[in-house]
Amino acid sequence: MIALLKRDLALAVRAGGGFGLGLAFFLIVVVLVPFGVGPEAAVLSRIAPGILWVAALLAALLSLDRIFALDFEDGSLPLLATSPLPLEGVALIKGAAHWITTGLPLTLAAPALGFLLNMAPGAYLWLLLSLALGTPALSMIGTFGAALTVGLRRGGLLMSLLVLPLYVPTLIFGAEAVQRGAAGLPATTPLLMVAGITLGCYALLPFAAAAALRVNLR
Amino acid sequence: MMPELGDYAAEVLSAYAASLLLLVALVGLSLRRSRKVRAQLDAVEARRKDAP
Amino acid sequence: MSIWEYANPKKFIATSTPLVPWVMGLAVAGLVVGLVWGFFFTPDDYRQGSTVKIIYLHVPAALMAINAWFMMLVASLIWLVRRHHVSALAARAAAPIGVVMTLIALLTGAIWGQPMWGTWWAWDPRLTSFLILFLFYLGYIALWEAIDDPDTAADLTSVLCIVGSVFAVLSRYAVRFWNQGLHQGTSVPVATGGRTVDDVFFVPLVICMVAFGLLFVGLVLIRTTTEIRARRMRALEARMRR
Repeated sequence: MIALLKRDLALAVRAGGGFGLGLAFFLIVVVLVPFGVGPEAAVLSRIAPGILWVAALLAALLSLDRIFALDFEDGSLPLLATSPLPLEGVALIKGAAHWITTGLPLTLAAPALGFLLNMAPGAYLWLLLSLALGTPALSMIGTFGAALTVGLRRGGLLMSLLVLPLYVPTLIFGAEAVQRGAAGLPATTPLLMVAGITLGCYALLPFAAAAALRVNLR
Repeated sequence: MMPELGDYAAEVLSAYAASLLLLVALVGLSLRRSRKVRAQLDAVEARRKDAP
Repeated sequence: MSIWEYANPKKFIATSTPLVPWVMGLAVAGLVVGLVWGFFFTPDDYRQGSTVKIIYLHVPAALMAINAWFMMLVASLIWLVRRHHVSALAARAAAPIGVVMTLIALLTGAIWGQPMWGTWWAWDPRLTSFLILFLFYLGYIALWEAIDDPDTAADLTSVLCIVGSVFAVLSRYAVRFWNQGLHQGTSVPVATGGRTVDDVFFVPLVICMVAFGLLFVGLVLIRTTTEIRARRMRALEARMRR
């Protein structure tokens, strides 16, 4: 399992796509927002938590289709399926690797982008916490979506349609936690809900993803 | 015969019209596709009997 | 492909075909009675005026929108466990009906909301949940359309349906939490009127709900039969090409 994780990480670093593209996309979306809604500081600081969360979510979505596609094309996915490691474990590792290459950098970069949007000072801690707790769920849900569409030629767009509705609860609770943090309200409840969703996703979705993979490899 | 709908006649009538239109379209499309597929299947079956 | 594969679907077609005219006839009769009763012979609500008449379309459609998804969930589970093709095809057949029902519920709700709440759309928990349900339906149908092999498509959509159900329920509660969080209890009151309504409105409403239910059953039967035939046709054509 560790070996697979290392391999995936090495591939992502060598290809350069995982870290760079997602972060750049995150930055661009956040920069575009003031152009759209105007530069007033009050407006920006009001919508900053939501924008940061939505942008992080879209950036995570961007690299999802490569989770299994590369392995599927070069034929290593059937090999992984026949290896002693259960397919559920493979899905779990793939989700974790995706988080380390996209979710983690996004989380770390988010506070810096918060300055651009004039976010309330009290919200930074909550932003970091909620993204750190929430983005793993995004990665795992995305892994499931990628497993569903791995065999399709143009699965990327379809996968977005399938995955985005599944992101709704995570987004709601995550953005709500930051929103409350910004307003100086206690934000523990939505944060706990985010953590719960993440844990639930990692406990259950590997099975669903593995089932989908088995069907696609049949 | 028409009941007095008061100020909201347009809303009520458009709601009914839109819903009934959607329902009729759904039923119509279902029936049309049912008929089409049935005819196609019959054709395929007939061809299969002709050339076993 | 063995003959057993068709034994069950054949029986399904044989059983359902004579049933369809009855179910559809009853559904249409119920719709006519319920809607005519509701439209012509119920008084206006003292607060909502004549817009209360929209309830006879809105509530049954919303009811069937949720029930259709639930039926798809059950059918998906049956497919995954028992591998009956009819089950998977019935789930596929029900999805477009669910979409139309969701659309009717959203549309009539918006038309009702315009004069009553003063807005076509509010990010009220119920409205938002229905919009999300609509997106789930679209994704489910898109996945069916995208995959060529029918068994693969049935498997994958079934898995999606099960996961989607969990997330749909989760979204429902998340949305409720979210809106309360934003509006601190001042959200738009969901005065559906259904709870407080008295018999004058209630009887035609129940008739409409039953009629929508029958309509759903009839449509599922028709569409499932169609899907079975389409599937058989594809199988036959594939065999003949060989």
